[in-house]
Amino acid sequence: MLVLVLDSATPAVTAALGRVEPAAGDRPPTIDGNPWSATILARRATVDARAHGERLAPQIDAVLGEAGAKPGDLGAIVAGIGPGPFTGLRVGLVTATALGDALGIPTYPVCTLDAFAVGRPGRVLVATDARRREIYWACYADGVRLAGPEVSKPVEVAGRAAGLGARQAVGDGALRYADQLDLPVLAEPRFPQPAAMLSLAVRRVGTGAPGEPLIPLYLRRPDTTEPVARKRAAPQ
Amino acid sequence: MTAQPLVLGIETSCDETGVGIVRGHTLLANAVASSVAEHARYGGVVPEVASRAHLEAMVPTVHRALADAEVALADIDAIAVTAGPGLAGALLVGVAAAKAYALAAGKPLYGVNHLAAHVAVDTLEHGALPEPAIALLVSGGHSSLLRVDSLADGIVPLGSTLDDAAGEAYDKVARVLGMGFPGGPAIDRAASEGSVTIAFPRGLTAARDLREHRFDFSFSGLKTAVARWVEARERAGEPVPLAEVSASFQEAVCDVLTAKAVDACRTSGITTLVIGGGVAANSRLRALAAERCARHGIDLRVPRPGLCTDNGAMVAALGSQLVAEGAAPGRLDLPTNSAMRVDVITV
Ligand SMILES: [Zn+2]
Repeated sequence: MLVLVLDSATPAVTAALGRVEPAAGDRPPTIDGNPWSATILARRATVDARAHGERLAPQIDAVLGEAGAKPGDLGAIVAGIGPGPFTGLRVGLVTATALGDALGIPTYPVCTLDAFAVGRPGRVLVATDARRREIYWACYADGVRLAGPEVSKPVEVAGRAAGLGARQAVGDGALRYADQLDLPVLAEPRFPQPAAMLSLAVRRVGTGAPGEPLIPLYLRRPDTTEPVARKRAAPQ
Repeated sequence: MTAQPLVLGIETSCDETGVGIVRGHTLLANAVASSVAEHARYGGVVPEVASRAHLEAMVPTVHRALADAEVALADIDAIAVTAGPGLAGALLVGVAAAKAYALAAGKPLYGVNHLAAHVAVDTLEHGALPEPAIALLVSGGHSSLLRVDSLADGIVPLGSTLDDAAGEAYDKVARVLGMGFPGGPAIDRAASEGSVTIAFPRGLTAARDLREHRFDFSFSGLKTAVARWVEARERAGEPVPLAEVSASFQEAVCDVLTAKAVDACRTSGITTLVIGGGVAANSRLRALAAERCARHGIDLRVPRPGLCTDNGAMVAALGSQLVAEGAAPGRLDLPTNSAMRVDVITV
């Protein structure tokens, strides 16, 4: 089955086309032991926090084109639901939801932070940039989430991560605030990888589980103190 | 392409998630989900609250429109979406959705100007627009006078507000009078019970202002004048006559709007005036415009209130016009532009 994988929860806007099949001789199971093989056939990513709205749809078109596939060939969509900066995150989620709706195929949410922990042994802190000098973070033991996702100041995360026994950190948020986290930070990956995202949903995709709504992990309430923009004088 | 294109339009520039479907000039569906109730306690539209509501409402509103129109996505000839102007984050939700539907269904996509769509919606009620026409667009976000040589590719701005939009003035005055948000309907209602007894200022109508700002508007002075008048009453310990203040304020707004619109028609020799935007639902604006247009032989076109406020049908109506005139569709990387100029009709 062809699966579209999307994420827009970090400065990277990512689209990939994957294939999920039962594992067999030359198709190894996914790293976390599912009896399904997941392969990424094509991928595009642009690192530009302001380009999500413009780049995502052309990238979807490009990955389909590269594999010689049409939108109607897709069988499922896997989308990162964040946490992430709101505006970019919504671009990915409304795109995935509308595509799933138009094509009549299921959508499967994955936590964007979880993707960084796939196949990573030991205790790991995952952090992405939340702007306003904060990070979105979660802690994992052998790929299983122990704490998070939350949004906090890096110094607070350092304390929490130490308490949870984290030995290393990964993600662009961790790199950005490496000096405050007091942990060795992996240089890569900085952004969520489609293969890892697909593996997080491979069992749902493979078994044809019912699709789930893509509800964003905002983790912050809307800032209602910012200046009010347009106002209305119209009846509804 | 067919002369009666079937077009789906998506609008998310402010707090309404609108999806409309038209065939040529015929309205088939106009589904709107509004987040206005969520903004009421802040006294204005909070962009992030609006954007979150758009994400939740987008796909259900598309479904509602398709069901109302009794068509399938596959039947649609083109998809149009508001690319600007409007709230940046809100625009992005609608444009991303439109791209996804266009991509999935293999349909041409048009990113269009919200203001031009406010003019185009009139074609759904009154048929093809005589060109050229003058358009007055008045809402919480805009107050503009335009010359429309062609809906598809020729809109020229004549003037706009230098400060508050007309609807914004209504909201601010309603707040002064303790009437809540949005202010337009509340003031219109109160005004119907009172008469015009207070001479509030008419911005940019003095001879020296007219030289430079003949077709521009200014409502912040009016808003301040109302606030001062009310404060003076309160200081004197006298009751504030809400109906009289509302009627007098409303008269000042509608007088300036209609006088300048009619002046724009007369100086250009154009005999069609279209009024659009949420404030076009105002009863006094409609009545005064009708009276003045009749006096000067101007054909006045004002769509019904449900089409004046932001909606998807207006976007579909403009899209239909563009398809019928053979305009080139946009690409999948078309941008949003929160400050899109009115003379840019498609992106
Ligand atoms: Zn509008």
